[in-house]
Amino acid sequence: MTRGMNRRQFNKALAATAATTALQPFGIVRAQSSKLKVGVLLPRSGVQSFFGQSCQKGADLAPGLLKEMLGVDIELMNADTETSVDTARTRAERLIQEGANVLVGPFDSGAAGAIAQVCEQRGVPFVINIAAAPQITEQGYKFTFRNFPTSVDLVRNGLGLMRDLFQATRTAPRSAVFMHVNDTFGQANAKAIGAIFPTLNYLPFKIVDTISYDPAAKDLTVEVSKAKATNADFLLLVCRVNDGIILRREMVKQRWNPMGIIAPGNPGMYEDQFYKALGRLSEYCISNVPWYDPKSDLANTIEKAFDRQNPKDKLMFHALNVGYTFEALMIAADAFKRAKTTAPRELAEAIRQTEIRNRMMLGGPIKFNAKGQVDGNLSACIQNLNLRPTVVLPAAAAEAKPVFPVPDYRKT
Amino acid sequence: MPLDLVTNVLIAGVLTGLVYGLMALGLSVIFGVVRVVNFAHGEMMTIAMYAAVLLFAQWQLDPFLAILPVAAVFFVLGYLLQVWMINPFITRPEYSQFMLLVAVAIIMVNALLMVFGPSARNVQVEYQLESFALGPILFDKARVYSGAAAVAVSALLFAFFKFSRSGKAIRACADNYLGAKVVGLDVKHLYGLTFGLGSACVAVAGCLMVLLVDVTPLLGPGYTLLAFVIVIVGGLGSMGGALLGGVLIGVSEAMAGLFITPSAKSMVSFALLILVLLFRPQGLLGRRT
Repeated sequence: MTRGMNRRQFNKALAATAATTALQPFGIVRAQSSKLKVGVLLPRSGVQSFFGQSCQKGADLAPGLLKEMLGVDIELMNADTETSVDTARTRAERLIQEGANVLVGPFDSGAAGAIAQVCEQRGVPFVINIAAAPQITEQGYKFTFRNFPTSVDLVRNGLGLMRDLFQATRTAPRSAVFMHVNDTFGQANAKAIGAIFPTLNYLPFKIVDTISYDPAAKDLTVEVSKAKATNADFLLLVCRVNDGIILRREMVKQRWNPMGIIAPGNPGMYEDQFYKALGRLSEYCISNVPWYDPKSDLANTIEKAFDRQNPKDKLMFHALNVGYTFEALMIAADAFKRAKTTAPRELAEAIRQTEIRNRMMLGGPIKFNAKGQVDGNLSACIQNLNLRPTVVLPAAAAEAKPVFPVPDYRKT
Repeated sequence: MPLDLVTNVLIAGVLTGLVYGLMALGLSVIFGVVRVVNFAHGEMMTIAMYAAVLLFAQWQLDPFLAILPVAAVFFVLGYLLQVWMINPFITRPEYSQFMLLVAVAIIMVNALLMVFGPSARNVQVEYQLESFALGPILFDKARVYSGAAAVAVSALLFAFFKFSRSGKAIRACADNYLGAKVVGLDVKHLYGLTFGLGSACVAVAGCLMVLLVDVTPLLGPGYTLLAFVIVIVGGLGSMGGALLGGVLIGVSEAMAGLFITPSAKSMVSFALLILVLLFRPQGLLGRRT
């Protein structure tokens, strides 16, 4: 039984406290934490707010589910990038200063590039949920990882599905007009289409004009007028959600009824907001995008948790955003479990060794290549049918047959 | 370039420009009389757009019918804003007035964000997706109605200033502040009336604009800047200049989108602004001071 602390015990305690305080900035003490602090950067306001809030639903499911699945405690530190590259950079800096062990996000390629630079400078792992610009994983970064197809893969998969679509519907459109947003993502997609399209000999159409526009545009009258004037058979469209809505309305105003609207690998037209804003005018739009496997165990688990947390919502309207955000957090938690530390280098090394087979999204196992990129994420052809995203291709996963050319909007 | 394409784009530019002109008219009226630049102008229009959206959501009130109640409320709010908040700043340095109205603008944007969130909202009336056709030329119905309403409201405002006693008194204040006081005009009340009219003008523009674009809280600063460009091009303080400036900016943006690239729309507006500032600093219809 001790009555108090003697001089030697006091000196030891003092030395331990001093060492703890001195080493804290270097993360040495932090590394022994039993909880992983994850900074989640998403555009929860601004032009991309819908996507950010949609991704956030996936992030919010993660702590509970990952505790059940992996026995790992994670703490989310949420930050809003405000759909601004500069804000993304400063928020990333702040999250790291506040003790985030790993960053996840940010839905946008421009923001992802900025956050990746910060993470490389500060030596903190960064797992990208959604961002397609290829250059992000072409810089030789050591701490940046991406489980999402690059725009080259997105476009290649998307164009391949277009061939399948034309075969399935026995159509052969001769021309397309290509419209795309001029942000980092849109330009990366345009570049990929410019590089890949001429090398493909299995597509029957020519691109007769390319029209870029600002994703924050309030009015797309001129853009749609130009596109309509080309008399192209169908519209190849790389959009976001708000501009997609404006564009679709403008097409109706200008009485432009092409054979269809096909997105070669971008979000926008299968989002909840698109259906809510457009109603029946959203019907038949086609998106060839990375999608989830509704039959997988993880998808079922996530869907149940999603329904509990969002009783008025449906996972299908957020599948891509929720799926890839959840998987990014799962990658971080899985690495933390194996590394048994939050030390950044060990954590980054554990992420590099990731091999996760139980996935929600379509594709092979999550396994990073030397550049920190997961290869083999697959796309599906999604068509808006009865106001919901419906898988129409590949045939093995199809819930309905594709409709192309689409009927006049007045008859839908 | 097909002629029908150019004509369609030109018509859309003119019609949108008329609504822009009405928005800028409010700014021009306020500056022309009170000599205060309203840096919260675009934000006020955004609030009017939200008011129209709410009235539509609640009672399915068409934005054209919403014009009356929204403009009336804005007139009263504008009057009170001028009498209670801006009048004490009339004799203070311009930077004080600037900071006051910028602060008001920031508060408005953040209040809208808190109340409505960042997502876009709109109204969906039947004619919004319809158009009149004249051969290959299409006239977007919502734009035609909005443009016509903008012209009608501008004409009413012109008539008010030209023929009514209050309008003449306001013009007297604008021409000679000291003289107006000497002859016994209640200048502060007339300033309030002017700010109220400018606010009502922007409220009408907001109700019309909501038929053309979706509203988000962050729309305001862009429209404030656009209103400045329009009134500087047209002539600060000139009512006709504001309308002309609106149409010019609307058309130049549309043509730039067509002949250069859609991304260059704003660039052309600002190029026009620089040209006007260089060669006719008082604006196209402005008077040299």
